[in-house]
Amino acid sequence: MEILKYDYPAATKAFSHRAHVGVVGSGDLEVLIEPSPDQGAHVVITTSVNGFGPIWKNVIDRFFTRFDQAAAIEINDFGATPGMVALRLEQAVERSRS
Amino acid sequence: MSDTVPFESRGRIWLRALAGTEGSPSFGKDSVLQADVALGDHSARLLAVVPDPRNRFPRARNGEVGLEEGWTLAKAVRSVIESDHDGARRPIIAIVDVTSQAYGQREELLGIHLACAAAANAYAEARLAGHPVVALLVGKAMSGAFLAHGYQANRLVALDAPGVLVHAMGKEAAARITRRPVAELDALGEKIPPMSYDIKNYAKLGLLHALIAGVNADAPTPADVAAVRQVLIDAVADILLSGKRDLSTRLNSPAARVLRAASIEVRRRLAEQWAGPAAASGT
Amino acid sequence: MTDQNKTPATAQPDWARFLARESFIELDAMGRARAVLDPGTFRMLLGPFDRLKSPWLPLQNIVTQADDGVVLARGTIDGQPAVVAAIESAFQGGSMGEVSGAKIAASLELALADNEKGIPTRAVILFETGGVRLQEANLGLAVIAEIHAGIVALRRHVPVVGVIAGMVGCFGGMSLAASLCSSLIATRQGRLGMNGPEVIEQEAGIEELDSSNKRLIWQLIGGEQRQAIGLVDTLVDDDAAAIASAIRAAFARGVPARHRSAQVEDYLAKLAAIDPASPLEPNALRTLWGKGDHE
Repeated sequence: MEILKYDYPAATKAFSHRAHVGVVGSGDLEVLIEPSPDQGAHVVITTSVNGFGPIWKNVIDRFFTRFDQAAAIEINDFGATPGMVALRLEQAVERSRS
Repeated sequence: MSDTVPFESRGRIWLRALAGTEGSPSFGKDSVLQADVALGDHSARLLAVVPDPRNRFPRARNGEVGLEEGWTLAKAVRSVIESDHDGARRPIIAIVDVTSQAYGQREELLGIHLACAAAANAYAEARLAGHPVVALLVGKAMSGAFLAHGYQANRLVALDAPGVLVHAMGKEAAARITRRPVAELDALGEKIPPMSYDIKNYAKLGLLHALIAGVNADAPTPADVAAVRQVLIDAVADILLSGKRDLSTRLNSPAARVLRAASIEVRRRLAEQWAGPAAASGT
Repeated sequence: MTDQNKTPATAQPDWARFLARESFIELDAMGRARAVLDPGTFRMLLGPFDRLKSPWLPLQNIVTQADDGVVLARGTIDGQPAVVAAIESAFQGGSMGEVSGAKIAASLELALADNEKGIPTRAVILFETGGVRLQEANLGLAVIAEIHAGIVALRRHVPVVGVIAGMVGCFGGMSLAASLCSSLIATRQGRLGMNGPEVIEQEAGIEELDSSNKRLIWQLIGGEQRQAIGLVDTLVDDDAAAIASAIRAAFARGVPARHRSAQVEDYLAKLAAIDPASPLEPNALRTLWGKGDHE
């Protein structure tokens, strides 16, 4: 198990909803998205698979090229692929709007 | 029973010792024993499951709770409830030394889960009817067998002696399934009390009412028996004093407040959310 | 009535109905809880943002889930106040840890408190569990005992209805919980047994049970067999609407005069008629025990 933390201080647009998607099951992950306690965005990842920090950073960076809101994102991962992670992040944002 | 020496078992030893009887007074089945013991002002009913090498169900010959043991326990407990229906509710003492539920194809087919549920059901109903129910752990209190025989008691008391243990799965099986050596499981149990096979670590969970030290579990002396009898008397008095018929005392002990803090927090937060925003605004 | 579906497996299925149905098995725990409650009444309790997680899994380097794998929801069923506990099988096999188990036990305790105040809150448990979570061993076992206590206390006031939809099934100490329910509903994909086939093979040997013999396992503990011998009340298709209506029918029947787990003399007699020295085929047991005399 490994815990990774990333901050995106430039993501400052107000984010006021919250949403939860996914499950901590084989090849899947859960995402909790809610308003950040401060100005920027924060991501905390707990993953069952060690040593994939650079790949996580890549996936989350790419997400924040399009997402610019001050959200706190918690990810609990059970071996999801980068594609699955990206999909769950999109779903979480989508659900937070509905 | 005349041509074979019955398997010695702690369940049998303690039932005889507390009741002051030489025989093995069975209740409908040689593996389910029943006797009475004077506990202060009360006469209490003792129940034990013991090995029966001639059990007609082969998978229940070593002290397991099998199909007939589960249903027979249910019958024994219910007979106490029925006979005390209009009078004082007798204490019921489950003497616990159960190696496991019976594992077998026939057992599954014939509903071993229901047989164990029936016993748990009967003990729970005795408790709800006002019978003080105490489980006295003298040996193994394993998994589904303990759920059937003992875990519905108002109070759990245990001997602090080698071989007395509570667990969800036998150590060897757990080692196989989690792919950890037995030594590693022991080390883990020291760090994580719910994983432990040691009754002293179990006591840290706050579920036990009393842990009785200095008793010979295999060959109790008269002083040992007197000490255990006194703990049972105190446990019954504590139940009657509390006036409670549920299991809430298991969460109120000082030890539970530490190691079962999450269980307590779940109840506190759920109670807050239960009625919902509409009700909170009040009518 | 929609239950007691006696259609043999060989009969022509109703394809239109089959294709129109919403699979219950494919729903996650939240979807299942929602499907069971009256439309528009679902309100989640202790959801993921309450972050009541297992305190024990991180100590063993295992990733937690924010709701510990149990979705609790309040709402109504046929207009009556209700609580539903749905176990998420995808997280740790639906196993019962301290928190997930305490959520179920506490909801039963609060439903009981409601009933004692005159509010007839009813309870539904959607089982999908292998039993105790081994990483929380003794606390898992302890909360399961508290769930048993909660069911027995509550079902004196209102029915407690259990559902075993599949695909995990219901095993271990939670199989006792299912058997304590006033009414038990299962699909053909649901399995109900105390000891998992692998555990039996390990404890008693392959000559006792070959856990790779899937056909035999389904014949022993599959939903259809369980209903045929009276250990499950209602057999339903994997159809959310059918399950919702079977639950309503179970509540409409009310608290049984004698719960299955209290039918002591009947079951002792049924067991007495069995000769453990002779082989026993699952089909033969159907003839011997027939349908349950439950209700």
